[in-house]
Amino acid sequence: MAGTAVRGRLTWQVATVGEVIDETPTVRTIELDVPDWAGHRAGQHLDVRLTAEDGYVAERSYSIASAPGEQVAITVQRIADGEVSPYLTTELRRGDQLELRGPVGGYFVWDAGGAVSPLVLVAGGSGIVPLRSILRHRQRSSSMVPARLLYSARSLPEVIYHDELGGYGAVAVTCTLTRRQPPGWAGHAGRVTPAMLAEVAWPTRQDPLAFVCGPTSFTEYAADGLVALGYPPHRVKTERFGGTGGP
Amino acid sequence: MSHASRGFHGRRRDPEGAEGRVPPGQYVTEDFPVLSAGPTPRTALDQWTFTVGQPGGAARSWTWQEMRALPSETVTADIHCVTRWSKLDTQWQAVSLDTLLAQVEHDAAYVLAYCDGGYTTNLPLEDLTGGQAWLAFGYDGEPLDPEHGGPARLLVPHLYFWKSAKWVRGLRLLDSGEPGFWETYGYHMYGDPWREQRYAGD
Amino acid sequence: MDALDARALDGNAIAGLLHEVFGTEMTPAIGTCASCGATGPLAECVVYLRAPGTVVRCRRCTGLLIVIVRVREMNCVDLRGLAALATG
Repeated sequence: MAGTAVRGRLTWQVATVGEVIDETPTVRTIELDVPDWAGHRAGQHLDVRLTAEDGYVAERSYSIASAPGEQVAITVQRIADGEVSPYLTTELRRGDQLELRGPVGGYFVWDAGGAVSPLVLVAGGSGIVPLRSILRHRQRSSSMVPARLLYSARSLPEVIYHDELGGYGAVAVTCTLTRRQPPGWAGHAGRVTPAMLAEVAWPTRQDPLAFVCGPTSFTEYAADGLVALGYPPHRVKTERFGGTGGP
Repeated sequence: MSHASRGFHGRRRDPEGAEGRVPPGQYVTEDFPVLSAGPTPRTALDQWTFTVGQPGGAARSWTWQEMRALPSETVTADIHCVTRWSKLDTQWQAVSLDTLLAQVEHDAAYVLAYCDGGYTTNLPLEDLTGGQAWLAFGYDGEPLDPEHGGPARLLVPHLYFWKSAKWVRGLRLLDSGEPGFWETYGYHMYGDPWREQRYAGD
Repeated sequence: MDALDARALDGNAIAGLLHEVFGTEMTPAIGTCASCGATGPLAECVVYLRAPGTVVRCRRCTGLLIVIVRVREMNCVDLRGLAALATG
């Protein structure tokens, strides 16, 4: 049942932009109207293709920010010198059209149905996007699976979905701000450390499942850290976004 | 046919003065994209050598010091990547391959360039002579960055830039053409951007 | 990790391309490296996208696993670097 969203022909289709929501000064969520959307699983992504009038084509992948059952949405972080993200986060508006292909992804996915393993979610920067889909899905499914989130961001204004993250039922959120902390900040400061990972990691005897997402170097560091705590490698799922645009 | 998105134009620019300098299907870029098919090799200069040789025949190797002692020049060139970006007026510090090839006796017609990390590319020997090709060790007045092929790379601007092999360590002189890395996977054996020879059969 | 390897992605980044090539979702498929014998999901392999083709390498030995070049609307796929590829 959970697999039907990914079986069958995967073709490019035209989607229409709905609402756009500015999450932070450089991050925007784009809701999409996709005529033949087959539904998606939490953690999946889609490929976006943009074509200019002269035929120039650029393709990028973006994690789906919404939960299964909600309208498809992606959250895009503007990269200063980027080719696509500045267009998506500043120029694109309601009614515009773009091509997309998806949903795709069968490894970095979490299905609430039948899930029992406690969840450890570790995000660096925009790596929070697929984890937010997982958290929304968990909430909407009234799942009883325990979950903890460790989120590393550069500064408080750059924390994506800030208000929402504190509102999930029974999800402990640990945040570390790597570059700037506001006065009176009670969370962590600096990059993720083994101690922070140990704080959020469920004991291995509970057979937890971890999802780690963010820039490549962040993801590798955090995943290695969980394995060092005793997590079997196959219980630490990773998704690398590449680049250095992270915490 | 792809569906055009309103207001999207990417980042490329068509600067003035570029008329006639941009091959078909290319876009001009101001930055210098880094393309790679694998991890960046890191070769220390005291380990680096460059060898030109014919299998079963004469060969000549240069250490870094020996190579740097050869006459070098500043080369200004337009470069064209098969992924469709072109960069105009790039400036390199380089030793002409004429200088290196002149020191090896050979009767070969083809070359296979080989590199740290395993990359290879093939070219006709005549495309590496007559002031058309260099061994480049500097870019824009600075030592060539590893991500752009440092310590040294081939510079063959009249062909698509995949022929300007990064991290080059030598040239194997051959009697017949042998496909290199990208040529093996479907790219053109020669690669003339002006005839848009991107893929085998073009 | 140097700056260039920090740009290396993983198999998740080519989920769509692999689906196009194989006709089904392939990121959970288990590949066996022909060079060193390492096994793991394609999602966890090292992927270089910024190249004239898509290159997938073994995370343990950096050996070539898969090379995909798009030639005139056709995907040319080389799988010789995989000793085996198992889908669940």
